[in-house]
Amino acid sequence: MTTKLFGEPVRRREDARLITGRGRYLDDIGAGALAAAFVRSPHAHARVVDVDVEAALDVGGLVAIYTYEDLTGPMAEPLPVLIPHPQLHAPRTGYPLANGVVHHVGEPVVMVVATDRYVAEDAAERIVVTYEELPVVVGIDTARAAGSCVHPDVPDNVAARHHQETGDVEPALAASPHTLTFTQTIERSACTPLEGKGVHARWDPDDGSLRVYSSTQASTSVRAAIAAKLELSLDRVEVIAPDVGGGFGVKIVHPWPEELLVPMAAIRLGREVKWAEDRREHFVSSAHERGQRQQVTVGFDDDGRLTALDVHVWHDNGAYTPYGIIVPIITATQLVGPYAIPVYRVVVESLYTNTVIVTPYRGAGRPQGCFAMERTMDRIADALDLDRAEVRRRNLITPDQFPYDHHLTFQDGRPVVYDSGDYPGLLEKLTALVGWESVEERRAEAAGRGKLLGAGMALYVEGTGPGPYEGGHVQVLGSGKVLVSTGLTSQGQGHETVFAQIVASELGVPMEDVEVHTGDTRRFGYAVGTFASRAAVMSGNAVALAARGVREKALRIAADVLEADPSDLEIEEGVVQVRGTPGASIPLRTVAVLSNPLRYAFDEAAKQATQFATHDDTRPPVAPGDAPGLEHRDYYSPLRSTFASGAHAAVVEVDPQTWEIDVVQYAVVHDCGNVVNPMIVEGQVHGGVAQGVAGALYERMAYDADGQLQNASFMDFLVPYASEVPDVVIDHQQTPSPLNPLGIKGAGEAGVIPGSAALASAIEDAVGRRVAAMPISPSELYDLVRDPSSERTAAAGRRAGTGATA
Amino acid sequence: MTSIDTERTVSLTVNGVPREARVPVRRVLADALRDDLGLTGTHVGCAHGVCGSCTVLVDGEPVRSCLVLAVQVEGAAVTTVEGLARDDHRGGQVLHPVQEAFRECHALQCGFCTPGFLVTIAAGLEARDATQEITEEEVDELVGGNLCRCTGYANIKKAVRHAAATMREDAR
Repeated sequence: MTTKLFGEPVRRREDARLITGRGRYLDDIGAGALAAAFVRSPHAHARVVDVDVEAALDVGGLVAIYTYEDLTGPMAEPLPVLIPHPQLHAPRTGYPLANGVVHHVGEPVVMVVATDRYVAEDAAERIVVTYEELPVVVGIDTARAAGSCVHPDVPDNVAARHHQETGDVEPALAASPHTLTFTQTIERSACTPLEGKGVHARWDPDDGSLRVYSSTQASTSVRAAIAAKLELSLDRVEVIAPDVGGGFGVKIVHPWPEELLVPMAAIRLGREVKWAEDRREHFVSSAHERGQRQQVTVGFDDDGRLTALDVHVWHDNGAYTPYGIIVPIITATQLVGPYAIPVYRVVVESLYTNTVIVTPYRGAGRPQGCFAMERTMDRIADALDLDRAEVRRRNLITPDQFPYDHHLTFQDGRPVVYDSGDYPGLLEKLTALVGWESVEERRAEAAGRGKLLGAGMALYVEGTGPGPYEGGHVQVLGSGKVLVSTGLTSQGQGHETVFAQIVASELGVPMEDVEVHTGDTRRFGYAVGTFASRAAVMSGNAVALAARGVREKALRIAADVLEADPSDLEIEEGVVQVRGTPGASIPLRTVAVLSNPLRYAFDEAAKQATQFATHDDTRPPVAPGDAPGLEHRDYYSPLRSTFASGAHAAVVEVDPQTWEIDVVQYAVVHDCGNVVNPMIVEGQVHGGVAQGVAGALYERMAYDADGQLQNASFMDFLVPYASEVPDVVIDHQQTPSPLNPLGIKGAGEAGVIPGSAALASAIEDAVGRRVAAMPISPSELYDLVRDPSSERTAAAGRRAGTGATA
Repeated sequence: MTSIDTERTVSLTVNGVPREARVPVRRVLADALRDDLGLTGTHVGCAHGVCGSCTVLVDGEPVRSCLVLAVQVEGAAVTTVEGLARDDHRGGQVLHPVQEAFRECHALQCGFCTPGFLVTIAAGLEARDATQEITEEEVDELVGGNLCRCTGYANIKKAVRHAAATMREDAR
């Protein structure tokens, strides 16, 4: 196979349009469409007493106003609980438009449709909604105290109590030579893609069909939800994810109210309708993540080896649970990381609050799990006066232990069985990459400059590529063009490029001949979606299998023509040839023509396949079991997830005058199995690290006690600019997955996972005070250091004893 | 009296072409470019002047088109991302070095913020002495005002260095 593109840093196909302004994002579609705008709740918890639209009716250009009263059939019912789970005992979801009660600021109450967005907003602001305010629950403490409740029939505010255990933890703790118990918190953050959500709908009244464009991560399921809610036959609905301006998880949730309401309006009005979310709407009505409190009790021996781990997590799930308890499950099951833990018990209580819903944001509960586990390792090291890398090394699962069964159940309902990995290898590479042995020297050097230097590390294992399945379709046209389609969507991961690389490599065709389509239900109707670092694993393998099917058929047809055995044939640069026999060949495009027996010669090439050009009259033109066309459809459905892994280290310098935290070094060792395109994987790591640093040092959702989000803008919610993101050095390790044909593991989320854990460790190492809450700002660090009650690390005490700065 | 509904005709040069648009006086430049002139390459990421996705050049200077009214640029020359490439006079286009560099260095992922970066960096690189090697301070300055949520900026900075090197070669 000369067309070896798998593993090469091939430049992206997508870029040609995106760098010239020819991308087609949601709001670029449907010029002249009517625009929707929403009246959203200004209160975190209130009864809707009255909606008075009178004053809006005079606005020139107003087309329609919809309230809950206008919703009928399934639209008047609550939105679906997308992922039911037996331990989600009190699932609650909102309505497309508020039905009597609003449960968070930003919840849609009225939809206005007008000739353009300016006019729609003019009308929306004239609509007077009268509310009767109800008691507000904000924050984990208030939710647990249950002085008031978010949903009247859930008095303790507990939506779910997720519980897993691998043995009897209490006796194991009692028998442990040492135990430690501590609590820590992580605040809310959010995906904040640069493009918000958006929906465009076009109804064709003549044939009763609906085409919807949505900035989504799951077009096939949006389609199914629209069909169900609007009572349309599935075949009458098409959903297309156009160019999507970033997702990071928030666009996997569906159907968003707007994904149902905009099509509903388009049908009722018989006109194109569009809604493009603005930035404030995104902050108050999309989704957040991360907010957790954790209580960890760990048992360990004199060498720092874990004997038992008992974790209780309180998880803030916001006002509703449309995405089930996926984030709690992932925290619970990915917390264990790369370590062998003899006995583990975890309980996650998922709590309602009067805030925006909480659904996966890149990492999806893993950053919190990693924070719990890795800070546990740091505390053990501190307690025993051991090197933090050494404590980790002693607890790592070793390469000879794979497959390693944690005896837990993962987010896909499948066992947490690590397929492959080399965690000691990761740690060794990491300590070399960051210069772990020289930290004390660097600390002294920094002290000479008046800076407090510290280093930290964090390791993780990430379950990637969960099922149930993805599919791929590959078709060779008579022109030689190779069409590839898969149902899952793209939000910047370069799928058009990597899937083309895979197909070109598998089929033996030039990459220029391959054209990839994703996220379009017209082309591929069966798919799950883009989340959980699964696109390369799932659709990558599916398109590979489809390409292999095409290859097999091509060789069979070519073998007939060339009077050769298929096993003697190879395909190179789009030509099928007899291996070692120059001249005995046939272009793949001709094979494609011959694959479809014809009566009519619509062009020159087609003549070759017509009925008087072919001479085998011993069998039917299309043999039983065969089909016309050089195409194949296949699916990849894994037994369980594949587990990628990695290790990060950060070195920080803290200025003891300003308490500014400068990340002076950030090192990543990354293992996602076989790599399709290293340039793209590195890009994913860079982006993930930036979000990890953001979550550790800058970003938080500042809710006040009334449930008002105080920083719902890019002025106040600090998405890092380039100046805030450290340079990242990356080393790779490749431990192929034995679970899938290509040996690949997911790479999309990895970069973000260990950020808060590694930076908390580094800051703690620098200042000698226990860092138990992230993110941490300079002023919070100042308060921590000045607070006489804040816990001093044992390492700081030892350093102080030797005269070093702490 | 001027009200928000008052319409005016705005004449301006966009990407070298004289254009006119009849717009309500309250319409921001970003919307006029996108909705009235059909140039959807300019994207609105925050609509409050922070993210820089909507940046266009007005008389050569980067401007956040979400914070400027269309009527304010009457008579001005506006360059959007669609105007960065040059006509090659053979029916095709020659990409600006910064566009080439973005592709070469994988400086974009979802591509939504990319137009704002491209026009800002292009203007910055064109305003400097191309014969001089670019400094890290200059690179930081050129990328420092725009938000990107995908790339972590490393490859955007690399692309700026790459484009500056190309322009330096060309200037020799």
